[in-house]
Amino acid sequence: MKLSIDIEKKFSAFSLQFSTTVEGPRTGIFGPSGSGKSTLVSILSGLQQPQRGEISIDGECLFSSSRNINISPEKRRISIVFQHAMLFPHMNVRSNILYGYRRSRAADRRIHPDALIELLKLQPLLQRDSLTLSGGERQRVALARAVLANPRLLLMDEPLSALDDTLRFQIIPYLKSVSTGFGIPYLFISHSLVEMQLMADHAIVMENGRIREETTPDRLARQKMGASRYGYQNLMRFSGSEACSGMYACRWGGNIILVSEDPGSGEALFELSSREIILFRKNPEAISARNLLQCTVTEIFRSDGRIGVELTAGGVTLVAEIVPRASEELALTTGSTIFAAIKASSFRRLS
Amino acid sequence: MQLTPEDINAIVLSMKVALTATIIALPFGFAVAWLIVYKAFRGKVLLEVLVNLPLTLPPVVIGYLLLLLLGRNGFIGKTLQEVGIPVIFTWKAAVVASATVGFPLLVRSIRLGMESIETGLIDASRSLGAPWHDTLFSVVLPLSSRGILAGSSLMFARSIGEFGATIIVAGNIPGITQTIPLAIYDYASSPSSTAMALSLCIVSIMISVTVLLLHDAVAGKIERERGR
Repeated sequence: MKLSIDIEKKFSAFSLQFSTTVEGPRTGIFGPSGSGKSTLVSILSGLQQPQRGEISIDGECLFSSSRNINISPEKRRISIVFQHAMLFPHMNVRSNILYGYRRSRAADRRIHPDALIELLKLQPLLQRDSLTLSGGERQRVALARAVLANPRLLLMDEPLSALDDTLRFQIIPYLKSVSTGFGIPYLFISHSLVEMQLMADHAIVMENGRIREETTPDRLARQKMGASRYGYQNLMRFSGSEACSGMYACRWGGNIILVSEDPGSGEALFELSSREIILFRKNPEAISARNLLQCTVTEIFRSDGRIGVELTAGGVTLVAEIVPRASEELALTTGSTIFAAIKASSFRRLS
Repeated sequence: MQLTPEDINAIVLSMKVALTATIIALPFGFAVAWLIVYKAFRGKVLLEVLVNLPLTLPPVVIGYLLLLLLGRNGFIGKTLQEVGIPVIFTWKAAVVASATVGFPLLVRSIRLGMESIETGLIDASRSLGAPWHDTLFSVVLPLSSRGILAGSSLMFARSIGEFGATIIVAGNIPGITQTIPLAIYDYASSPSSTAMALSLCIVSIMISVTVLLLHDAVAGKIERERGR
């Protein structure tokens, strides 16, 4: 998919200027509220018109002010997953899911409803009234509805912000698997860095209606580490956990990590703040923290007066955060060996 | 309670006029409400004022203006006369009078219903491949059903009570254009007919109460279906 955008829209107190080309299947648009993300969604889907500019997708022009082209929303084949689901309250789940499918051209239909219903585990909900669903169920139905319209692009407009943390991380695998499974590229719009890290390969950072920079979610997270209240969030996928003296031993790359929260069966996603990692130059031998990893320093970077240290151990990487003074005392250089101590209770389970 | 055959005629005619006026006005009321709520165009304020005017104008004024318009030499009356449809002093004139006077009530209620629909639902429908007319019938119409119902019952009740405009364009011809209020007006002018007038008053009250009860029942049903 190649989406070219070059548009300008002015309001009385705000103007949006957005010019870029999106090519990857998983692109994130990151920015605080009021930065113009939702206006961009409306413009891309044709619900609002920019005053000037061009939008084209795979060579097909959707909007052009100079050539006087404005394809109406229903013909753009760009579906939206809204923040508040926006399920039709007068229809049951099945009718909601099939709303776009019934209106799509037979030639465009690549996804069969049954396959998606199975993937999103919607079978037990089909006859339910859309008003009786829980937040997470609503968002799964909204996703199914958007995907079954057989779009060439999905716009996910803060689809997780109305959900609590537990649900958020339960929905993410669905969002990702639907896109990869059915080959639909998406633009994931969010103001949450962790969501960006989990959902996007490429991030467009917006500020005051302008593109501030284009980067990767991980680089963005490192950049924001020092100024963030929580530091850099290491997202770690653990597998093969076993109970072990009141804790759980999990496999992470070539390492075994002890966590105090039950990871459940199968793969589990944990987060660990860069500020929860203590670095030692030599093996401290006996400490209360249950995890001690021997690591190699692979990168040292600055972020708002803090030092970020990228550590590699057993084929996986971690980012630790220290103050410049600590960095001097540890005599950190790329390639040096260091010990990282992490308490078992510092890991927070996301899903 | 005693009702003469003429009273029965008046009751039947009232119902016929009110029902016809409501049914005819409904699509127009829906269209006007839709224009006002969803469309931006020049002269929107003027349309709103025009629609709401019958609410504040004395019904007699409306009746008189309709008479000028529909009369034999009137702008519309002349054309209708030529194609053989006389309107003035027929029950059709009573329908026109009722429809005009009740129209603002109808539009207001439908408009309130439409305004309570989240715009995101309309955006969702459009982005899912529905052209605007499809969105109108598959999302806007069903979701404003409560407003439509409230507007229709209000308009029906208002039409049953229409007097001022009706007496001018339709006259007060027993059996032809005499509705309940006009019949009561006739009885009220002779002191010996108090009982007859009261009987018709009771019928009026019964119709009004029935309309209100029906409205509540249907509104409750819509609510329950939506909450299912």
